[in-house]
Amino acid sequence: MGYTPELNELIKIVEKTRPERIRQIKAGHSFPKLSLEERAEVLEKFHPDYKKTGRCPILAGPNKGDGKFYPEEFVELLHSGSRLKDIEQFEKLIQKPDYETDVLVIGAGGAGCSAALTAMVNGQNVIITTKLRMGDANTVMAEGGIQGATQEVDSPYYHYLDTIGGGHFTNDPKLVKALVNDAPLVIEWLESLGMMFDKEKDGRLKVLKGGGVCRRRMHSSADMTGSEIMRVLRDEIKNNPDKILPIEFAPAVELILDQDGKCMGAILYHLETKVYSVVYAKAVVIATGGFGRLHIQGFPTTNHYGATADGIILAYRAGVRHRFMYSTQYHPTGAAFPEQNIGLLITEKVRTLGAEPVNRNGEEFVFPLEPRDVESACIIRECIERNNGIATPTGRLGVWLDSPMIEILRGEGTVKKALEAKYIQFKRYGIDISKQPMLIYPTLHYQNGGIEIDEWGDTTVPGLFAAGEVAGGIHGENRLMGNSLLDINVFGRRAGKKASEYITAGITLGTPKLDHVKKFQNELKEAGIETDELSPMILPDYSNPKVRERQLTAKRFGTLQ
Amino acid sequence: MSAELKQSGDKPNLPPDTKMIEVFIMGKRYKVPATLTIQKAIEWAGFQFLRGCGCRGGICGACPTIYRTKDDYKLKIGLACQTVVEDGMYLVQLPFVPAQKSEYHIEDERPTIAAIEKHYPETFRCVQCNTCTKACPMDIEVMQYIAEIIKGDYKKAAELSSSCIMCGMCAARCPAELQQFNVAMFVRRMYGRHVLPKAEHLQKRVKEINENKYIPFLDELGEISHDELVERYKSREWQPEPYEDPNWQPKETKYL
Ligand SMILES: Cc1cc2nc3c(=O)[nH]c(=O)nc-3n(C[C@H](O)[C@H](O)[C@H](O)COP(=O)(O)OP(=O)(O)OC[C@H]3O[C@@H](n4cnc5c(N)ncnc54)[C@H](O)[C@@H]3O)c2cc1C
Ligand code: SF4
Ligand code: SF4
Ligand code: FES
Repeated sequence: MGYTPELNELIKIVEKTRPERIRQIKAGHSFPKLSLEERAEVLEKFHPDYKKTGRCPILAGPNKGDGKFYPEEFVELLHSGSRLKDIEQFEKLIQKPDYETDVLVIGAGGAGCSAALTAMVNGQNVIITTKLRMGDANTVMAEGGIQGATQEVDSPYYHYLDTIGGGHFTNDPKLVKALVNDAPLVIEWLESLGMMFDKEKDGRLKVLKGGGVCRRRMHSSADMTGSEIMRVLRDEIKNNPDKILPIEFAPAVELILDQDGKCMGAILYHLETKVYSVVYAKAVVIATGGFGRLHIQGFPTTNHYGATADGIILAYRAGVRHRFMYSTQYHPTGAAFPEQNIGLLITEKVRTLGAEPVNRNGEEFVFPLEPRDVESACIIRECIERNNGIATPTGRLGVWLDSPMIEILRGEGTVKKALEAKYIQFKRYGIDISKQPMLIYPTLHYQNGGIEIDEWGDTTVPGLFAAGEVAGGIHGENRLMGNSLLDINVFGRRAGKKASEYITAGITLGTPKLDHVKKFQNELKEAGIETDELSPMILPDYSNPKVRERQLTAKRFGTLQ
Repeated sequence: MSAELKQSGDKPNLPPDTKMIEVFIMGKRYKVPATLTIQKAIEWAGFQFLRGCGCRGGICGACPTIYRTKDDYKLKIGLACQTVVEDGMYLVQLPFVPAQKSEYHIEDERPTIAAIEKHYPETFRCVQCNTCTKACPMDIEVMQYIAEIIKGDYKKAAELSSSCIMCGMCAARCPAELQQFNVAMFVRRMYGRHVLPKAEHLQKRVKEINENKYIPFLDELGEISHDELVERYKSREWQPEPYEDPNWQPKETKYL
C-alpha cells in the first residue's frame, strides 16, 4: 500500500520546495496572514456555511421565524416526530420511575463526566446515561490539546481576545469570560486527577500555539489529549460506584417535565433490549455532544458514531432555543487519502508544530494557522477555483500537509513522539508521515452552535442544564482549537455545581408530564409538517441501500430497528 | 472540476473497477468491496452496529476484531475501523472483555509496588509469553510495560502504555489472566498525580484566578465598544515560536 506511483511523483515536487520553505520560516518569514476584510471575502465565497443550497428555515418551536437558514439535515430532525408515537402509552409509563436520583446526566463524554463528578463532589447522587459505552464520544477523539492561559506571558485577557476574535466577535461575552477565567482551574483539576500532561522536567506545562491565537497556551498529552482526559474522567467515575451510576447503551429519547414545567427526568431507550425506562431526577444535565454524523453538506466527518444532535432535539421540544446552529465548523485538515481514513481528523497540532499546507506545485498558499473556517475556505479555494489540488485515486481532491517539515524544524523523532496516534494510523496504510506529506481536505468537525445557556450552563427550563458541544454561544460562529476540550470541562463543572445548588435550595417534583411533546407535535402539524421520520436520530444509517431495500419487514424508528 | 460534488458523507467512494472479495463474518460468507475497512464491510453486508463501533477513527477501542486470513493459522487482531478486509478473511468482533477494575482514591494511594500488589495482585503472575504484545492493535509493548510495573517503575510503564485505547485484547489473550489495561490505567494516573512534578506556575495562576485578579480585565473587554474590541484584537502582540525567539517578552504587561 502507501501512495500510488502518481502521488509519489507529485510528492517529489513538495520535497523540492521544502528546503527553501524551511529557510523562510527559520528567517521568520511566514506566509502572510489575511486581513479581516480578506478573511470575510474568502469565507463568503468558499466556506460551505455560505452556500445557498442545503439550507432552510425552522418552521416550528422556539427558533421559528428567527430569520436564519440552517443545515437541512438538522432541520429535518427538528421537524420530525417524537419516538413516543403512542404518547398515552408513555404517559402511563412515566408515572412510575425505574430509577430515581438527584442529578441525571445525559451523555458520557467529557462534559457529562465532569458534570457528574462535580455534582458528586457537591453531595449529589448521580446517574449518567449514555448512548454507547462511557467515553464513546467526541472527547475521546480529540487530539491536539486544551487551551488555558497558564503561562506568565499570557493571561485570560488575551485568551478572551483570541477567542472572541476567532469567533468573529459573535460569541456571548459572558460565556467567553467564564471559559477563559476557569481555564487554569480546569487544567489544575485535571492535573490533580492524574492526567499526564506533556511537561518539562521541572513540571512546567509544555504549551504550543493553536490557530488564531497570539500566545502559546495549548496543553497536550501527546496527540491523545482527549483520550487521556476521557480515560481519566471515566476511571474516576468508576471509582465512585456508590455515588454515580452509569447506564450504557441507553440514550435518552425524551425529557420529562412536571406540571409546572420543571425538568424532572428523562425516558431512556435501551438499545439492545429495546426496553424503555424512566428516570426521575431533581435536575438534568444534557451533555450529548455534537452533530457530525448528520453529514452537513454531504461532508465526511471526524466525529464519533453517536454524534447525531439528540440533546438539542430533546431540549427544543421542551422549549429551549438554540443559537448559532447555522454555523458549522469544517476542520481544515481531514484525511483525503487513503480512502479508508476519509474525513478523519489530522490534528491542528501538525501545523502548530510547523507543517505547512502546500499545493500541487509545492507552493504555500495560506498562513498555516488562520482561524479554522478561514483556513478551510482557503484550501477549498485552492482546489476548486485555482485548480491546484491533487486528485486521489477515488476521485477526491486534496492538498498536501507537509509533515516532514516538523522533523527538520523540531528535531528528528518529533513526529513519532508528538503525533504518536497519527503516526500509527498512517503507518497501517504504509505511509510514514515523518517522511511523507499527508493529503488533506476540510472535513465536518464541530457544531459551533447549540442549546442556549447562561454562564452556569442553565437553560430557560428550570432544572435543565446543558454543557459541552451541545451548548452554543461560547464560540460564536467559529471555535478555536483547544477551546472545546476546555469548554466541556468549564461548563460541565459549572453545570454540575449549579445543578447541585438548585437541588440544595429545595426542590419538590410534581406530576410527570409529556405535555411539551404533545404541544410540539401540534406545532408541527399547524406548520403543515407531515412526516414519518422520527427523532432523535440516535445512530446514523450506514447500511448498504441495496441490502436495506430487501430488509422488508424490519421496522425502523428513525434509523434504528 | 468540482470537488464538492464528490462529497458523500461516510459512504466510501468506490471506483467502478473495485474488486469484490469474500469475507466470513462469524462464519457466514458475504461479498464486499475489497477496499473497505472491516467496519464498513460489516455495514455493507447489512448489519447496523450497536456494539463494536464507537469513534470510527481508531481511538476508542470499541471495535477489536479477531480474524484469520486464508491459509494462515495465525490468529490476528485488528481494529475493525482501521483494518482493511482481505479475501477469505474469517472474523468476529469482540466488543467487550470482562475485567475487574479496582476502586481507589487517588489521593490516598502511593506509586509503589505494594499498591500494585493491593489492587492488581495478578499482575505478578505474568509468565512473559508476549502474547499480549502480539495481540495489541496499537503496537504497544504490553509485556514490557507489565515488566516495568512489576519492577515498580511507574514512569516507564506510564510512558510505554500511554497510547492504550483500553480495547482489552491483551487481557482476553493473556494465559496468566492479567488485566493489563486496567493496571496500566491505575499506573498512569498515579504517575500523573504523584510522580510527575506539579506545575508550579499553574499553582500561581490558579491563586490569581481565585483572587479574581482577571475579572476586572475581562469586564473591561465586555464593556468597551465593538470597534475598540476589534482594535485590541488586531493589535495583539504575537508570541514567536521558540525556534524564532525563545526569550520573548510582551511589551504590554498590564493585563498579565
Ligand atoms: C476528532 C476530533 C478531534 C478533536 N480535537 C480537539 C482538540 O484537540 N481540542 C479541543 O479542544 N477540541 C477538540 N475536538 C472537539 C472536542 O473533542 C469535542 O467538542 C468535545 O470533546 C465534546 O465533548 P462533549 O462531552 O460535549 O461531547 P462528546 O464527547 O461527544 O460526548 C457526548 C456523549 O453523549 C452521548 N449521547 C449522545 N446522544 C445521547 C442520547 N440521546 N442519550 C444519551 N447519551 C447520548 C454520546 O454517545 C457521547 O458519549 C475534537 C473533536 C473531534 C471529533
Ligand atoms: S494494551 Fe491492551 S487494552 Fe491497551 S490497546 Fe493494547 S491490547 Fe488494547
Ligand atoms: S500475555 Fe499475560 S502472561 Fe503473557 S506476557 Fe502478557 S501479561 Fe505476561
Ligand atoms: S470504532 Fe473506535 S477504535 Fe474502532
